[in-house]
Amino acid sequence: MSRWGMVIDLDKCTGCGACITACKEENNVPYVSPDEAAQGRALSWMTIVTEIVGEYPNVRAKYIPRLCMHCDDPPCTKVCPVRATYVSDEGIVAQIYPRCIGCRYCMAACPYTVKVFNWYEPEWTEGMERVHNPDVSLRPRGVVEKCTFCHHRLQKAREKVRMEGREFVDGEYNTACAEVCPTKSIVFGDLADQNSQVSHLARSTRAFRLLDDLGTEPKVYYLTEGEKHV
Amino acid sequence: MFDATVTSGAEFKDAALLRPIEETSRNFYYVVAGLSLVVLIAAVMFVRQVWFGLGVTGMNQPVTWGFYIVNFVFFIGISHAGTLISAILRLSKAEWRRPITRMAEVITAIVLAIGGLHPIIDLGRPDRVLNVFTSGRLQSPLLWDVVSISAYFTASTVYLYVPLIPDIAILRDRGTKPEWLYAFLSWGWQGTPHQHKVLERAINILMVMVIPIAISVHTVISYIFSMTLQPGWHSTIFGPYFVVGAIFSGIAALLIVMIVFRRLFHFEAYLKEIHFAYLGNLLLVMSLLWFYFTFSEYLTGFFGHEPFEMKVFWYKFTGPYAPYFWVMVSCNFLIPLSLLTFKKRNIIPKVLTASIAVVIGMWLERLIIVVPTLANTHLPSPVGIYIPSLVEWSLFLGGVAAFALGFAFFSKFFPLISIWEIQEGRERSVADVTERLQQYLPTESGGNVEVLSV
Repeated sequence: MSRWGMVIDLDKCTGCGACITACKEENNVPYVSPDEAAQGRALSWMTIVTEIVGEYPNVRAKYIPRLCMHCDDPPCTKVCPVRATYVSDEGIVAQIYPRCIGCRYCMAACPYTVKVFNWYEPEWTEGMERVHNPDVSLRPRGVVEKCTFCHHRLQKAREKVRMEGREFVDGEYNTACAEVCPTKSIVFGDLADQNSQVSHLARSTRAFRLLDDLGTEPKVYYLTEGEKHV
Repeated sequence: MFDATVTSGAEFKDAALLRPIEETSRNFYYVVAGLSLVVLIAAVMFVRQVWFGLGVTGMNQPVTWGFYIVNFVFFIGISHAGTLISAILRLSKAEWRRPITRMAEVITAIVLAIGGLHPIIDLGRPDRVLNVFTSGRLQSPLLWDVVSISAYFTASTVYLYVPLIPDIAILRDRGTKPEWLYAFLSWGWQGTPHQHKVLERAINILMVMVIPIAISVHTVISYIFSMTLQPGWHSTIFGPYFVVGAIFSGIAALLIVMIVFRRLFHFEAYLKEIHFAYLGNLLLVMSLLWFYFTFSEYLTGFFGHEPFEMKVFWYKFTGPYAPYFWVMVSCNFLIPLSLLTFKKRNIIPKVLTASIAVVIGMWLERLIIVVPTLANTHLPSPVGIYIPSLVEWSLFLGGVAAFALGFAFFSKFFPLISIWEIQEGRERSVADVTERLQQYLPTESGGNVEVLSV
């Protein structure tokens, strides 16, 4: 059984934000007006947390791309009253949009605050509906959504493999953010496969996970920044 | 056996209790119209929210819960006044309970109905609320709430209705309109000894049952918060802390209602200063208990000095929520303490002021529990400011108005003070209490020997 996971190398990340855009495009994530965004209603499955380290003149910004950690023991799925969010067999934390009642308990319970809510009915600029990704369903207002590790890509890749009658190859199923990252700081793959790039990196001595001590067992790993920043 | 068949004429001493039902002043209609308007505005605002989405509120990411959840916890807390206080007073055979229990029970029934609606108002998809039954997960604390609140609502409405039956029969016998209503609701009550026996047994069973249910309700509400890993919420004392707060705000609400109706309906002969003195003492005890819990909760957090916990701690103590926090401390502790410790003179104004302070303070406490934890996320977050919108304010006012309206309607159909229990007290209590007292007193002829032989 696969265990999908991700490694993000903070040494390589430039904070360019390409992953954010790619994710929005890929997953039909609606955009909101600047006013709404300023109020904290921006919908983004991927965000970059910026931390300013040090004091002038020795300041620098630290960028941490943040997405759903796809925890093995997620605090969000435990509290859902209707099983509209659950962990799949392959470790992906999924959302069931048609069942979600919009109580936002999962959002309140998530220590990584990666879940977002459709405060209004999504509005698309005229013509946008023609460029929606047909593989990803549009969400109605009033439901919670978040990163799915581009789950639809897994389904596609798996079908292709079955058609061609061969084994899954590392890298065949990749997320949009990893694909687009110009510095290749995001690596996605099967953590259960000992030979995959992602599992090599996850075993690195530089690897750590966010809020590891909470015991949520995230499947998104980070590689600490190296000495060149010290 | 006392005679409950006296329902009219000179022998009927409690006509004052029926006056609100039989006579309605013009002011009453004005009040009802005003309250209905507020409720109507709230209803329109709610429809608007369903139409456009929860974006019309002030909630955001990360503060995903706001006024609705605060008011949910607050209203359900008030509901503990009622049934729990009344059950405890009945169970402990406190004779002074007689004019109080009915009002306490009415508070519970009305406030519980209003509070129970709040989680539904808060839903992004209220149209899907029945998913809770079709695909509910009993592992979720929200489902525990659904279960315990519906149990409490059922138990407390039955507990309100059962002791109401003899009073409804009085109204039926007096021919009060609408006659069909009283004939139907009185369930053929004739006041026979057998009926009294059955009634008493029913009340006894209900009052024992209602206490654990009431405690479970607010415990489970606290579990919504404490079952998460969030700093400021993940605390083991939240269950009892919430129950204490609930009873505390409940008693305060009960006192306000008692004082208001004493004034409006001239119940001075029934609700005497001693009732306010006793309930005031209870309020004072709860205030001390509340302080004890609050102190333990924050001292533990502070002493541990865990960074995330401290972020929430300073947010409340010196940060943006400091004004609310310190007003809460004064409303819940300093004001009741200073007013209720010495209340020989001016007891009613003092108790009223303290009660209003406590209700405000307890509402603030709910706000202080819900919002700061959400606003202080583990990971740095761009925003985290919550400003309730007009919609949320009007729904809050609508809830309060619906409570007053519910009370106004109840008072026009049923007596707010239990008539038969007052009659029973007048005719039987003195003998009962004397007899009971005899049992407490040491036996005259060598008590020690008696005890040993048992």
